[in-house]
Amino acid sequence: MEGRTMSSVLYDVPGPKAVARNRILGVATIVVILALVGWVVWRFAVTGQFSADKWEIFSYGTIWQRLLDGAVATLAAFAAAAVGALALGFILAIGRLSDRAWIRVPVGWVTEVLRAIPVLVFMMLLYYGLPVIGIRMEPYWAVVIALVAYNGSVLAEVIRAGVESLPRGQSEAGYAIGLRKAGVLRLILLPQAIRAMMPVIVAQLVVTLKDTALGFIITYPELLYVIKLLGSNAVYGSPLIQTAIVGGSIYVVMCLALSYVAYRIEQRTKRRQQQQVAEGGAPHHPMGPGGTDTELIALQARAGKLDPGNPGQV
Amino acid sequence: MEVITDNLDLWGEALTGTLVLFFGGGLLALVLGFIVGAMRVSPIPAARAVGAVYVNWIRNTPLTLVMFFFAFCLPILLRERIDAILLATLALGVYTATYVAETLRSGINTVPVGQAEAARALGLTFGQVMTLVVLPQATRSVIPPMMSVLIALLKNTTVAAGFSVLNLGSVRSNLSERGENQLVTLLWVMVIFVVLVLLLAWLQRAMERRWKVAR
Repeated sequence: MEGRTMSSVLYDVPGPKAVARNRILGVATIVVILALVGWVVWRFAVTGQFSADKWEIFSYGTIWQRLLDGAVATLAAFAAAAVGALALGFILAIGRLSDRAWIRVPVGWVTEVLRAIPVLVFMMLLYYGLPVIGIRMEPYWAVVIALVAYNGSVLAEVIRAGVESLPRGQSEAGYAIGLRKAGVLRLILLPQAIRAMMPVIVAQLVVTLKDTALGFIITYPELLYVIKLLGSNAVYGSPLIQTAIVGGSIYVVMCLALSYVAYRIEQRTKRRQQQQVAEGGAPHHPMGPGGTDTELIALQARAGKLDPGNPGQV
Repeated sequence: MEVITDNLDLWGEALTGTLVLFFGGGLLALVLGFIVGAMRVSPIPAARAVGAVYVNWIRNTPLTLVMFFFAFCLPILLRERIDAILLATLALGVYTATYVAETLRSGINTVPVGQAEAARALGLTFGQVMTLVVLPQATRSVIPPMMSVLIALLKNTTVAAGFSVLNLGSVRSNLSERGENQLVTLLWVMVIFVVLVLLLAWLQRAMERRWKVAR
């Protein structure tokens, strides 16, 4: 969807006049960006951020070890939260798909409320609120439980939307060959729904990874906490900007790697759909062949997913 | 309930802080997001590249880290004390703008190319193609996901609590200094957020119904 096909709804193939104008605008864009970069470099120079003693901190192995420990703490919280969120997502989704109203309705309410609470407020409730009634927990568990609750409820909506978008014939065929409700869900509906929603699920995991940084605010010693600690160290000349750049890059690289996985899965799903359409089969489009893109967007918006990305929290 | 009625001044300030962050950040995000979104669908390769780098970079950075840069690093670079709420608003705007830009871009992509081609074939000018054919259709598919972005922004305002901005996220620490029960305070904060988010979600559904495309 890059290049001309993507944008031709906005403009025609440019003529000589438009080509010249586009060139000028292109140069203007580059000039503005260079000016911005130049300004930052100038401020760096003026405030002495390039001086060697501000960067000296990175010549010590122990400092790198501490940054690494921070990254490991981030990943530890992420791994536990991701597994927990997937498990909770399935439980809530299955509950919400139940035929029994006394299960479906309360589960629906729980999902909606969990999605509406800011993750940070939930973390604070676990870490600062619960000790009031005598329950104390490590910041690690406050981070993990809050992330599981929020992302689990979002994933539940994603999975449910995936199941509900499948053609009815799928479950009817399942019942026709004698499967029970559980079998239809487990063997027929969920595998298809998960495959269709896989890019969204991985994108939500990126949100989970980013949200672990909230642990910084409730004193969980993850990467950002280490960055602040090292950056405020007067022994090394308080290199806050330097540690933020180096440590922040670790964050961005981790998130980019996971986002790339989501992107690759999306590309593969798209290719498979095109193949199926070319072979005359029904595409595994979440809306089926008759759905418009607008309906698809509305569907994904309801599932807590924004096309093409989910702001989630953080 | 006494937690609220005994400290109305603080809750009022906190709610004001949250609303300032929400509306300020939202306005900045919409303006910046519109510019970046336009860059990403423009026929200028340099602008497209800049837009893509900005969106992919910021979207893969935790908001807490973005706010960290604005709250702690920017004052060092400027050698000035800057109001914390202004810095937090800037961070929220810069972060949310990437989602606004992507929502706009995918909204424009939902308009079939044939629509614009037909409009051009009829002899409409660029302005007419945009205002009469493309944008009315794109707007409809953009509004529901844009509301989701704003809902996320509202919840994200709490992150400013970590950077000494008084808002609903930080009202806990201020009230605990007054000796209030932290658990009750936080439960009330949750209730307020659930109400606000459900309100926005209701607005979103109403708009979705009203703007549904019959295609």
